[in-house]
Amino acid sequence: MSNPFVLQAFGVKKSYHKDKIEVPVLRGVDVNITEGVVTALVGRSGSGKSTLMHLLATLDQPDEGEIYFRGHRIDNASRAERDSFRNNDIGIIFQFYHLLPELSALENVLAPIMIHKSAWSYFKTRKETRQRAEAMLDRVGLLHRATHKPSEMSGGEMQRCAIARSLMTDPSLLLADEPTGNLDTETGRDILKLLRELNGDDGLTIAMITHDDAIAEQADLCYRMDDGVVKSAKPSMQVA
Amino acid sequence: MYRWLLCFRYLRTRYIALASIISVTLGVATLIVVNSVMAGFSAEMHDRLHGLASDVMIECHNSGGMPDPERHLAEIKEVCGDQIAGMSVSVNVPSMLGIEYRGQNIARHVQLIGLDAASYDKVSDFGKYLLHPKNQTDANFQLRSGGYPMERDPMSPTPWGWAHRRHTAAVAKMLEAERDRISALTASETASTSSAGPSMGNTFSPELLADSDGKAPEALDPAKDQFPGIILGIATCSAKMRDDQNIVREHYYCRPGDDVRMMFPNASDNAKVINQKFTVVDLYESGMSEYDSSFAFCRLDKLQDFRGMIDPSSGVRSITTIQLKLIEGADLNAVRDALRLRYPSDLYAYNIQTWRDMQGPLLAAVRLETMILNILLFLIIAVAGFGILATFFMIVVEKTRDIGTLKALGASGKGVMSIFLTYGLLLGFVGSGAGLLGGLIFVQHINRIAGWIETITGQEVFDPTVYYFNEIPTIIHPFTLCWVMVGAMTIAVIASVLPALRAARMHPVQALRFE
Repeated sequence: MSNPFVLQAFGVKKSYHKDKIEVPVLRGVDVNITEGVVTALVGRSGSGKSTLMHLLATLDQPDEGEIYFRGHRIDNASRAERDSFRNNDIGIIFQFYHLLPELSALENVLAPIMIHKSAWSYFKTRKETRQRAEAMLDRVGLLHRATHKPSEMSGGEMQRCAIARSLMTDPSLLLADEPTGNLDTETGRDILKLLRELNGDDGLTIAMITHDDAIAEQADLCYRMDDGVVKSAKPSMQVA
Repeated sequence: MYRWLLCFRYLRTRYIALASIISVTLGVATLIVVNSVMAGFSAEMHDRLHGLASDVMIECHNSGGMPDPERHLAEIKEVCGDQIAGMSVSVNVPSMLGIEYRGQNIARHVQLIGLDAASYDKVSDFGKYLLHPKNQTDANFQLRSGGYPMERDPMSPTPWGWAHRRHTAAVAKMLEAERDRISALTASETASTSSAGPSMGNTFSPELLADSDGKAPEALDPAKDQFPGIILGIATCSAKMRDDQNIVREHYYCRPGDDVRMMFPNASDNAKVINQKFTVVDLYESGMSEYDSSFAFCRLDKLQDFRGMIDPSSGVRSITTIQLKLIEGADLNAVRDALRLRYPSDLYAYNIQTWRDMQGPLLAAVRLETMILNILLFLIIAVAGFGILATFFMIVVEKTRDIGTLKALGASGKGVMSIFLTYGLLLGFVGSGAGLLGGLIFVQHINRIAGWIETITGQEVFDPTVYYFNEIPTIIHPFTLCWVMVGAMTIAVIASVLPALRAARMHPVQALRFE
């Protein structure tokens, strides 16, 4: 019996407009992200994989098509529902980490909870929340850097911190946009190893965008994208 | 929660924004200083204007005054007795003050007020402004032996009061003896004394005196006796001027103990000038040049005697003015209107006014000045608001990727907007708080600061010869502080609305991709 789908996209189309010229990016994409599985979306630059991730994360809305999270349509949900979906149900990590430079590693990890809770309810559960954030930092091996600002950390450490932040709200799905794209090979390998551990140990569903076939090979399922459409969907061993 | 955390972090790390609120700080501090000084001036002026003027004044235009004041007082009590805290009657008459100073005549136009010190004190602050401490509680119009504030007149050879009078009398006596001796030696000469230059004798016009209806000055020994007492406004008999060291000194043309002449019309229809000598028993200093340079006070019964305001058949005395002091919270205008109804102007030649009516233009001018200053200074803060607006736009551009990150983490547009609004509020709070602190410290030490500015620039900041204050008066109203603070913070928040809206409307994907 197959796992239920966490996230599904049906016939998703998206175009951008440049000086009245329509530039189609996605031309009808169907994707299923299965629970507990590491899914890779692989493709060359300009294939539309990042746009698809933005649509899956509800950071943008498709021109056509539908996106479902656990059977509920989310692409046309209200702004507040989409904000809540990003805050509670998914975690996102980016190629360029996107940590808030004014905050320490611990505060960055706490950010999703601080966004979720009012000042009063945050203060009421401050101790437990901090303990959880420290546990998340510990989980990614960064507890010793808790008080450090992003400018005082290496690329790998920043990405670990971003992973800890994405796990803070205990999401159903982790969307990773080129998580190793800005890292050296060794560090990138460590990050992938960490993601694999999170999937293996905690059963975390991961959807990962990459242009690197070697990385895509480590996923359980791989969608290959080209020119705005999914060309193939295969178990990753068959990616090449 | 995150908005507060980010606001405080931005506040600590974005010094450009702090720099932009220096103008808020300066604006708030200036507003507080200006309002405090204006309030201080206004209150001092208010006190001094109101100090001598009672709440409501009924003046009679008839030269003979209004007869039977007791009946008038009873009628007034009938009309508004429940509103009245005190009543006093007086005789006000325009007069010419003549001071003989080193053989020269100094003539001043003054308003001579005959009053009963005890009842007059109940309707005004008359006693408070007298220089002799005992007269402040019991002004009896008798020359006192000592106790006058001699620090006011360090140049005086003798202490004010009887010592000064005796000294002056002794000098006059010696001069008289010397003059007699010289006259005896030059008896054969027929030179006119009128061309002999200044003399210490009576130099008022003989024609004027011939036409006067007053009693001839009594013959008395000036070393032992005094004429009827008079209290002069300090500016009628003194002048403030700077010495060669640029220090303001008071120069007195007459002092308590000296005699002066007052010439005023009598109360008859065929008015004649009364020429009466008085002995200065004290000086009056309210700080209002208008009062200090135009008032002289003597005993009511004496002035009534001199002016012939006593009915020879009935012995009823007339007065020219009734002063009313009203109870706390009484409606001045209502009392005035009720009295005007009782004494309609087509039947009575009375002028019934409140003290505010009398000083209305001056009070209105001060109010207008304060309002215009406040508007101008708030424009400074409004300009500071544009500084905040520009700085915030820069910060929003600088923070575009962070805004995208926050939205990707689930922050709503409203939440992002509130970061910048709260940041604006915090900047306004910090700016106006610093301004408040600076303004209060400035006000606290304003006189010392004025001294420094005088030392540095050599320019008098607060000329006591002009203002009659020794120090710059200040009053800090908590309400003023509140509205200045709230106004400044409101301007800061309003200035941050547009950048905050821009941040809120930012598309998360475009923000994340911003470089």
